[in-house]
Amino acid sequence: MSMLLEVSGVSVTFDGFRAINNLSINFATTELRAIIGPNGAGKTTFMDIVTGKTKPDEGQVIWGEKNISLLGMSESQIAREGIGRKFQKPTVFEAQTVRQNLAMALKTPRGPFAVLMHKKTKPNAERIEDVAARIGLSDSLTRVAGELSHGQKQWLEIGMLLAQEPRLMLVDEPAAGMTPEEREKTTDILKEAAKTRAVVVVEHDMEFVRRLDCKVTVLHEGSVLAEGSLDHVTSNQTVIDVYLGRAHA
Amino acid sequence: MQRSFLAQNPSVLWFIAILAVFTVVVTLMSEVTGVGLISTSFVKTLGKTLCLCLVAIAMDVVWGYCGILSLGHFAFFGIGGYAIGMWLMYARTEGIVMTSLAGQPIPPTPAEISDAIGNQIFGVVGSSEFPMIWAFADSLALQLLMVVLVPGLLALVFGWLAFRSRVTGVYLSILTQAMTLALALYLFQNDSGLRGNNGLSGLQNIPGYQDVSQATVSIIFFIASALALAAGYVFFAWIVSGKMGSVVKGIRDNEARVRFLGYHVESYKLFIFTTTAVVAGIAGALYYPQAGIINPGEIAPIASIYLAVWVAIGGRGRLYGAVIGAAFVSLLSSWFTGGGAPNIDLGFYVIQWTDWWLVLLGFSFVAVTLFFPKGIGGLFDYLVRKPS
Repeated sequence: MSMLLEVSGVSVTFDGFRAINNLSINFATTELRAIIGPNGAGKTTFMDIVTGKTKPDEGQVIWGEKNISLLGMSESQIAREGIGRKFQKPTVFEAQTVRQNLAMALKTPRGPFAVLMHKKTKPNAERIEDVAARIGLSDSLTRVAGELSHGQKQWLEIGMLLAQEPRLMLVDEPAAGMTPEEREKTTDILKEAAKTRAVVVVEHDMEFVRRLDCKVTVLHEGSVLAEGSLDHVTSNQTVIDVYLGRAHA
Repeated sequence: MQRSFLAQNPSVLWFIAILAVFTVVVTLMSEVTGVGLISTSFVKTLGKTLCLCLVAIAMDVVWGYCGILSLGHFAFFGIGGYAIGMWLMYARTEGIVMTSLAGQPIPPTPAEISDAIGNQIFGVVGSSEFPMIWAFADSLALQLLMVVLVPGLLALVFGWLAFRSRVTGVYLSILTQAMTLALALYLFQNDSGLRGNNGLSGLQNIPGYQDVSQATVSIIFFIASALALAAGYVFFAWIVSGKMGSVVKGIRDNEARVRFLGYHVESYKLFIFTTTAVVAGIAGALYYPQAGIINPGEIAPIASIYLAVWVAIGGRGRLYGAVIGAAFVSLLSSWFTGGGAPNIDLGFYVIQWTDWWLVLLGFSFVAVTLFFPKGIGGLFDYLVRKPS
């Protein structure tokens, strides 16, 4: 299977604290992956490195068929390469409508001049409606995003990711603060998205991870502790000690 | 399904209509038509106010829409004023010198003419040499180009350095304020080439039109200011609507998110910062011929802070709010400080508004910020229910 993203030997230190320690992790072009791990395991820092927010001290981040290095690229360049990111706290543009939020995310030219001259077109409007349908916000397109419920904001942000048409979606705790029904729907959205791209979900909630029914990577102290099916990793004694053990402590 | 720009922005049509009626009424009431209900000096005040409204909407776009609290936009305004002032002063002095030399038996050489003009302009700072920056002062076209070019380039270079280093928030405000202060201090120097603290004067006299009365000149500048304000309003309304507006407001509300959507945030900020600086320069170039004089005090940091206060009081993030704020506060300010407001005698103390106006303005600013964050413009939300 060809690899979409290869992270190898990456380390990063913040004020003497080694957040990521010789981390190596790969993602295939189409897959759904869950990353779990206790607080401070380096899950968010890993995303920061891939999306260009944090520069690693050493290691390689190689992207796509042409094996481009993502290190040294800006956040916006990386986003244009096809990596989309959803933040832990839902971050949508609350002062703008759902349609405007999606339109901004839609994969169209990103330069200031192109944006200034941008005209609304029927195909684009259809793309927005299509995304809205997939996240269940078809009836809310004209609503201001700030009025949406917490769960709807999470979906809108996932929708913005979908509108970006990324090849890799990094999703940080999509189910946080959701009701069980909302979680179920979120699972469906992510599973559907993973059919045509790589979707990486960082999640604390084991029940949610189980529902995703995918390969799981356990991070601990900045490196991969175990990888495999959820049952496989949860039966691993080291995982039980560091992750579940600590959770119960 | 494509709705026209104006249909989406009804406030633009309203604004243009009100501005047009205002312009026509003032023109008809002025001394030009012989009615004379509005004095020439008041026409100038109104014309200047329109220019302040123009720089205020530029400020609103950069701060209210893009979230960059620039405390330097009045510096760009001043630069525009200096740029046009150089031509006005040069051309008028040239005219005077030529007239006085005309009676001489031997025709003066070009060097003598240049010396004489230099003496007239720079004698006040003990010099007669033309500094480098006056190289284009004899050409109206080139100086008009400078009106947009100098503020634009300064904003471009400054913005590029600041935004590239991801300087944001209060740090950026301090940096813009420092730029303004540095510029003002430089201009205060006698050897700055712009006559130090004397500044440029006599700008109300338009070279070649000495015979035209100030009443006519004032109305022409008043109408020009109104046209510039209308054009600026439509231009900025177009920029902040549509997708550009979405991105710009997105940058204000969550810069990082916009970046992760794939937009190069720095380019957008630079575009907004530079465009608004250019418009500020144009506003300044229209303002100072009406004021008649420009000196470095005009560029002092406090002026840029006032600009922010106007926009805050008028209502950030809506263009008409900036216009209301600038017009209301600046007219009120000249009423209070010009002795228009009666002093209040408390028996034990007399409140003299020339001194106390700033205190009142300060309290208003605090009150608006705390209790009416939407400013005066926010009142319109009660009048107009937004269609959902």
